[in-house]
Amino acid sequence: MKEKLVLIGNGMAGVRTLEELLKIAPEKYDITVFGAEPYGNYNRILLSPVLAGEKTIDQIMLNDRQWYADNGITLHCGKEVVRIDRRNRKVIAADGATADYDHLLLATGSNPFIVPVPGNDLPGVVTFRDIRDVDLMLEASRKHQHAVVIGGGLLGLEAANGLMRQGMSVTVVHITETLMERQLDKAAGALLRKSLEERGMHFYMPAQTVAILGEDRVRGVRFKDGSELYADLVVMAVGIRPNFELAKKSGIHCERGIVVNDTMQTYDPRIYAVGECVQHRGQTYGLVAPLFEQAKVCANHLAHLGYARYQGSMTSTKLKVTGIDLFSAGDFIGDETMEEIVLKDASRGMYKKIVLKDNRIQGAVMYGDTVDGAWYFQLMRDGTDVSAFRDHLMFGEAHLGDAGHGGQNKAAAMSDDMEVCGCNGVCKGAIVKAVTEKGLFTLDEVRSHTKASSSCGSCTGLVEQIMASVLGGGYSAAPKEKPLCKCTDHTHDDVRKTIREQHLLSIDAVMRFLEWRTPNGCHSCRPALNYYLLCAWPAEYKDDAQSRFINERAHANIQKDGTYSVVPRMWGGLTTPDELRAIADVADKFKIPTVKVTGGQRIDLLGVKKEDLPAVWGDLNKAGMVSGHAYGKSLRTVKTCVGSEWCRFGTQDSTGLGVKLERRTWGSWMPHKFKMAVSGCPRNCAEATIKDFGVVCVDSGYELHIGGNGGVKVRATDLLCKVTTEAEVDEYCCAFTQLYREEARYLERTAPWIERVGLEYVKQRVVEDEVGRKALYNRFIESQKYAQVDPWAERASHAVEQHEFVPLKKVAAG
Amino acid sequence: MTDWIEIGKIEDIPRLGARVVNTVQGDIAVFRTAEDEVFALHDACPHKGGPLSQGIVHGKRVTCPLHNWVIELTDGIAVAPDEGHTACYPIKVENGVIRLALQRQPCSSAA
Repeated sequence: MKEKLVLIGNGMAGVRTLEELLKIAPEKYDITVFGAEPYGNYNRILLSPVLAGEKTIDQIMLNDRQWYADNGITLHCGKEVVRIDRRNRKVIAADGATADYDHLLLATGSNPFIVPVPGNDLPGVVTFRDIRDVDLMLEASRKHQHAVVIGGGLLGLEAANGLMRQGMSVTVVHITETLMERQLDKAAGALLRKSLEERGMHFYMPAQTVAILGEDRVRGVRFKDGSELYADLVVMAVGIRPNFELAKKSGIHCERGIVVNDTMQTYDPRIYAVGECVQHRGQTYGLVAPLFEQAKVCANHLAHLGYARYQGSMTSTKLKVTGIDLFSAGDFIGDETMEEIVLKDASRGMYKKIVLKDNRIQGAVMYGDTVDGAWYFQLMRDGTDVSAFRDHLMFGEAHLGDAGHGGQNKAAAMSDDMEVCGCNGVCKGAIVKAVTEKGLFTLDEVRSHTKASSSCGSCTGLVEQIMASVLGGGYSAAPKEKPLCKCTDHTHDDVRKTIREQHLLSIDAVMRFLEWRTPNGCHSCRPALNYYLLCAWPAEYKDDAQSRFINERAHANIQKDGTYSVVPRMWGGLTTPDELRAIADVADKFKIPTVKVTGGQRIDLLGVKKEDLPAVWGDLNKAGMVSGHAYGKSLRTVKTCVGSEWCRFGTQDSTGLGVKLERRTWGSWMPHKFKMAVSGCPRNCAEATIKDFGVVCVDSGYELHIGGNGGVKVRATDLLCKVTTEAEVDEYCCAFTQLYREEARYLERTAPWIERVGLEYVKQRVVEDEVGRKALYNRFIESQKYAQVDPWAERASHAVEQHEFVPLKKVAAG
Repeated sequence: MTDWIEIGKIEDIPRLGARVVNTVQGDIAVFRTAEDEVFALHDACPHKGGPLSQGIVHGKRVTCPLHNWVIELTDGIAVAPDEGHTACYPIKVENGVIRLALQRQPCSSAA
């Protein structure tokens, strides 16, 4: 027989728990839900847009009655549970209805706080919490003109904005001098007030309400100093209190909320609680995302899986008033042990403040330009040491040459038809629509539904901003590393460590040892595991072709029409008339439609049929050319300028050095693509300062630069060190490359890797630790013994199976 | 009557891999899973027509090499939230010999 689960509270946290539970254990329980409101489950966050007339109730429903029916859930709408009989495991509703339970889930949410003053129960005094409140306000806005909103916090300002949009004259009354003082400091609060005043909102503050005036209906508000304001609608929006009355009455331990442990269990082991009603590690939460995190953990335990833990969340806040961009997170006031960096431009309506302690971000407030909110929030969450980039921290992550979203960095200023994601052509309106209509709450959900920010990621900050402006806040789980992919809970670093320590030699062995959830992984983990294994055991590991992306399996780049492109290696960008003739002959012979010079100083043959690849390679091999690995997570090119051999400014033989470096490093597999360059003088014609490893020759030697990137996010290199001989360049280059190969995560380029581990760390390993450097160098040289085999020659000579290149069968008729 | 066409042996296809059969109806991708099950799909992703035969096979699914859509091998339906489907063909293995019928199967469960 199925166990019985009863949910009290038909809101977002409770129902999300049921959804998570149905995903992992659909048959486990008979489920009964009690909700005090006469509706299905709706998105409470979006009540503000309903009030402002931007959305209807239907548009914010998350689960209609049909959903409950479809999942076999008994729904008691509009029935308030008044008693929990824990001894007999039974809940009793006000109308006498009862339900037995094996497990009980409390998600009773929170109640608006009512200011304890005379007249607070007069008709025309409302709170802002549910659909009924919104209906009352909308009705009042049609009949009446003057509204007073008590409370200048997030909720109060959203209510005031909505009522103003409905045509009312609105005054916000606030007890302190600063609006939203829990989220904003004085300066940002003043900017917010100014722009709301420009839109016609009135403020009366600081002011303490002592009475609501009126007889049959509210007529005004009186303050402590004796002054009065006329009002025919008063909205109380001074805060919410966790609703734990029922739990407390039933003898469950409560403090400021229902006290739960890391599994969301209350002091009664049969009873769990989630959402705004709970107190976890002393914290209560009001934003939606942490509640969903709790829901996931709770479902895991209700399903008796028993391994998930909720460890608290960090939250950030965003005001949902159209056209106002505001962000805050963490401790943004600071104290004498902390420092602050401030940027203020009042006439442009811009303000940014970052609070630091020991070079780690403790909090941030931003007004006007909030695009970097998500970045600061991440740095704060991860506890990143910002000293390396502290001098430009204030200007944000994206101040340098970000491509792909038209220089837009203010979501609020964008119209619905403006493009956010330049890779996938996704407009702001499409994201807003998906978030509201499909009920999305996380970046990953938005990525999979809309594809926005799922390709190059340059618009991630913008997408997060749009999400925050719709959902009212960002959030993040307590700092933790992400698992390698959905097939496992282990992180990249865990997996690599295990491969080395357990001497695992196949993908299958890794998956078995680490208890992969899927039988043979997915397109994310298999290529990563293949790389980690071959990097760890270059001599022993047998490469698994089926775990490589097609480009690395076919040793050519797949194009949109299913043909391939072929790029032969040109050492240091040098070629000869014979090579060029051979390329021309190949292009003619195989009717290759496009021949193009690449950015890496070589020639690309585009539109080659897959069956022709081995023959094309055979012809190129005969002229002495090998694979350029233009398709791989591997060493790509070494770009050079002509240097001292020809150039009147050249200080060293940059071309010759480039050729030597390319001969040394070609064929090596990497976590991601890897590009090098050698410039013969500081004029830097080879653009060495946007490469993964760049050499700039100077009269006295060679500057070595690392971690540059010329793609989506332009990043200039950091200077690693200066050396004086070519032999040293070789040694440092190999050691750096090997460190990157061994320690960066799969698909992490050198730029983000260096930002993650810190330039100092890389310098320490490659420059300061001489013994370590030589060991890295030797491991690279050893690994190259197995890697430097031309994959084209192997296939052109049929030394490798041909099944990749020929059809299984040609069927003439059918 | 179904006309079964012999297209090769199961070991001609690598495990967790695919091969192509050229036909007058266009290319058909023939997949082999880790458990030696065999499936046949029209070799075009419902998204932008990418050649599914070139994708990474995992479980009973293949990931399109162009934009990472994931397609079910059993029925050709795209894994949610992506929407779309690609045609399937009847296929069977007897004594290690694979036979294919050139009859596009209407997609059963997709709208």
